[in-house]
Amino acid sequence: MNDVLDVVSAVCLLLGAALSLAAGIGVLRFPDVLSRMHAASKPQVLGLLLVLIGVGLRLRTGFDITTLVLVAVFQLATAPVAAHMVGRSAYRTRRVRRDLLLVDELGERLDEAARRDGAGDAPPPAA
Amino acid sequence: MSPVRNIGRRLARRRASGSGILQPLAVGWLVVLWILLWGRVTPGLLVTGLLVAVIAIALFPLPRLDVEGRVRPLPALLFGVRFAWDVVRASVEVATLAFRRDQEAPTAVIGVPLVTRSDLMLTLVSEVLSLVPGSLVVEIDRHDAIVYLHLIGVRDREQVERERRRARETEARMIRAFGSPTDRRALEARP
Repeated sequence: MNDVLDVVSAVCLLLGAALSLAAGIGVLRFPDVLSRMHAASKPQVLGLLLVLIGVGLRLRTGFDITTLVLVAVFQLATAPVAAHMVGRSAYRTRRVRRDLLLVDELGERLDEAARRDGAGDAPPPAA
Repeated sequence: MSPVRNIGRRLARRRASGSGILQPLAVGWLVVLWILLWGRVTPGLLVTGLLVAVIAIALFPLPRLDVEGRVRPLPALLFGVRFAWDVVRASVEVATLAFRRDQEAPTAVIGVPLVTRSDLMLTLVSEVLSLVPGSLVVEIDRHDAIVYLHLIGVRDREQVERERRRARETEARMIRAFGSPTDRRALEARP
């Protein structure tokens, strides 16, 4: 039984590490900040979860596992928010590869708001 | 979207939010957190935990929130399973994109109008949308409940529309799982 758990744990750890590596490569290679945030918020989260599962299967004691669960919960709750904050400021400071955008409905909306207010710079759409 | 209307709406929201269930819930959660961080349960830890929790909540009171949804087991389970699957798929998708040769592939920013009018649901839907395939929330228009998503790995307009539908379906699943009666009605009324 323990051998089986060890193998499962090892598989989880390796998969988690691989996903985290892919996330790192994504952060390096993607063309703009917004795309990079995809890499930082998805494979990275699942990679960490898999590593936590692997560690949990190896430790097998109640309170260690609850700590790992806490790490997982906070990761799931905070990673999207962090990615959103970075993405939002990137968009607003125009650090976006606009030439790659098929559609940009937020840009249209902001331009519209700017025209209506008669101001040069686009204000936020009702925060 | 005039400032005056905005303020009026905010006041209305404040009046409408009656349930004060959030604060005790937060205290309870903080105590549990305290115990988990210490790694053992003793009467002394319970007392100190409660003390710390009450002080923390008193110093940093949470804004009042409407919590009127009720969890429905079966739709919630359905949502949970689908969410887990989506997280896995999203990770694999983005991981594959990282190794793709052409890094100049198109992306998109779309606005998806949501059905919900609850701040809590808006927050949760945005969190979930950031974790599932393709999408990242760049902007939230709370007034009109529109989330703006950045999409990666979209080749054409058709795929953009598919992502839009997917985001709306995600919200629908969440409302069915733990939405308020108001949101549920709004969901049914949606064409």
